[in-house]
Amino acid sequence: MIESVVKTLLYVAPFVVIATFWVMAVRERRAAGDPTARGFFERNGWVVASYLLIAVGLWAVVMVVLPQLTMVDFSFHPKLPPKDYGGPKDHYTLENYHYFIFGSTTERESLNIIHLRAFGLTILASVGVTIFTFFFCYPIAYYMAQVAPPARLRLIMLMLIVPFWVNEILRAFALRILFGTSGLINNVLVALGLVGEPIDFLGLDIGMYTGLAYAYLLLMMFPLYNAIESLDKNQIEAARDLGAPWWHIHAFVVLPFAKPGVASGCTMVFMLSAGALAAPQILGGPNSLWFTPIVYDRFYQAFNWPQGSAYALILLLTCIAFVMAVLRVFKVSLGEITR
Amino acid sequence: MSADVELNHVSVKFGAFVAVRDASLTIRNGEFFSFLGPSGCGKTTILRTISGFLEPSTGAVRIGGKDMRGIGPNKRPTALIFQNLALFPLMTVAENIAYGLRIRGMGADERRRRVDQFLDLIALPGLGEKRIDELSGGQKQRVAIARALAVEPQVLLLDEPLSALDLKLRQHMRSELRAIQRRVGLTFIYITHDQGEALTMSDRIAVMNAGVIEQVGDSAAIYDDPATVFVASFVGENNPFRGTVVAAEGEHAALDTPAGRLVGRNPRGAKAGDEAILFVRPDALAFDGHGAENSIEAAVQSVAFEGSVSHVYLKGPTKRDIVMTVGRGDGAGVPGQGQATRIGFARAAGLVLPAGRLASD
Repeated sequence: MIESVVKTLLYVAPFVVIATFWVMAVRERRAAGDPTARGFFERNGWVVASYLLIAVGLWAVVMVVLPQLTMVDFSFHPKLPPKDYGGPKDHYTLENYHYFIFGSTTERESLNIIHLRAFGLTILASVGVTIFTFFFCYPIAYYMAQVAPPARLRLIMLMLIVPFWVNEILRAFALRILFGTSGLINNVLVALGLVGEPIDFLGLDIGMYTGLAYAYLLLMMFPLYNAIESLDKNQIEAARDLGAPWWHIHAFVVLPFAKPGVASGCTMVFMLSAGALAAPQILGGPNSLWFTPIVYDRFYQAFNWPQGSAYALILLLTCIAFVMAVLRVFKVSLGEITR
Repeated sequence: MSADVELNHVSVKFGAFVAVRDASLTIRNGEFFSFLGPSGCGKTTILRTISGFLEPSTGAVRIGGKDMRGIGPNKRPTALIFQNLALFPLMTVAENIAYGLRIRGMGADERRRRVDQFLDLIALPGLGEKRIDELSGGQKQRVAIARALAVEPQVLLLDEPLSALDLKLRQHMRSELRAIQRRVGLTFIYITHDQGEALTMSDRIAVMNAGVIEQVGDSAAIYDDPATVFVASFVGENNPFRGTVVAAEGEHAALDTPAGRLVGRNPRGAKAGDEAILFVRPDALAFDGHGAENSIEAAVQSVAFEGSVSHVYLKGPTKRDIVMTVGRGDGAGVPGQGQATRIGFARAAGLVLPAGRLASD
């Protein structure tokens, strides 16, 4: 009885939220807006308007909201054989979350060190990857946006985009070969006598970080480029004319202006790094434990979908919370980064 | 502190294109100096060369006697006001004005004091905390001036800063700029394609065409005694009559033109047989030219009423329409449309210059 109530609430809640916002928006428009303003259907005609509503509605509900809700629902169930679904053992429980923290569904004696550590490291390393990608991309984006003549800009764009025609797995394996102990980089280093014996780039996770940074390079590059490109060149010259050294111009004129682009790029790189699967799996060293392979293993090695869902949800919510917190610290609104 | 600016045989080339050709002049300490010319004449290039964003290909720029080669725009004693002002939109008015002071490491209290001084100078006291997009066009203009003056430049460079304003405000800002210049006593170098701005504000003007400085002089000299055909046709309205010099005696020369024989002053010493152009200003022409020293057969085509004066367009023997300016009181004498008449002007009002390209060619 209580089960079905909770389940209903879980699935109905998002629609109640949507409906509430819609009602609030309508009321606000009635109260403050132009009374002669025409409604959505009047403006677009009923054919276009209903297409937009149905298409967007279906997409949002069927492709986004429902699958995620299923995951949420799943994560609060125990692992059961299919015959017990809906049976007396199928009840709401926090045991999957409990397991994430304590390594057991019931005991509280020790913490689930391995998973917690992997989780923490994933977040930290994703921050690291994001920062590295930003510092790597900023000079190039600035050059493309403000300095490069059009012909060279096209060339650079092409050189940036073409490598991404190669699929992600293939790129990761190529990096693996490149970074291997008998790979090209080590061979060159040894041949030049710079190192005595090969460096274990993969074991040190250098391969993985490179792979991650490389995989999401463009997602940093293009928001940065767009943001910097819209900066009036005269502002840079004005700052220079007023005596500013180059670093001051970047720190106080270019970066504040490009802040939405920086936020947008960093958010995407961070989110995708934290949720990356291919690069950590292929390039990760034996000691590395990225969180996503653990989630993957919950599903496909442990066949524990409820636990996998719980893990995925924890990662998702933590990332969202982290990003929102960072946006708040840097005073960027969500609206700005979608510009 | 103010300084001379000296251009010594400055040429600026972009690849094969010569933007400025062998410019030499000295802009005096405390002077309001304008570069006037059509777009693409190289005036902005000169400004950017003085401010340090460009280096001359040959020749030297000296400010206060010091050669500026190799000194970047952030180290020169100049400040530039951009055509679009280039105020920093994310900073307040006060932060904009204080930007250069902050770079120079001035403390916050001192900075605030200086910003207040400048807000008083530009007559915007108390607006320091406003955002840039809350200001009107004229206010932005003044903030840009304050921001440039705050770094205590010896020379202020202005790149058509009034062009974005509407007509009334533009005229108001002319006198405002001039007043600020007198108050601070700096060398102002002003770039414009608007001759009205150049003539009203400047102590001296350099008229430029196709990368070459055609003439340097004060407003009256530029208007009354243009050195070249380009200057004569670019500054103010002028009626050109192309012809061949048939006689040159003393101060005057006579030309055979399609409009008949015309006589004018001959300051450049055109000799008999030279190709030349005789210019006469629209306000020097008068109807009923039978008794005048020069007279031309023409028919009235149209009259454009402009308030205090009217422009009368006449079809004469030349291809180009002849323009006449008629004062309010003289309106009664304008013949009806299409009616043939004789217009005339005095010898002293005609100016003979060696043939060349007109500004409108």
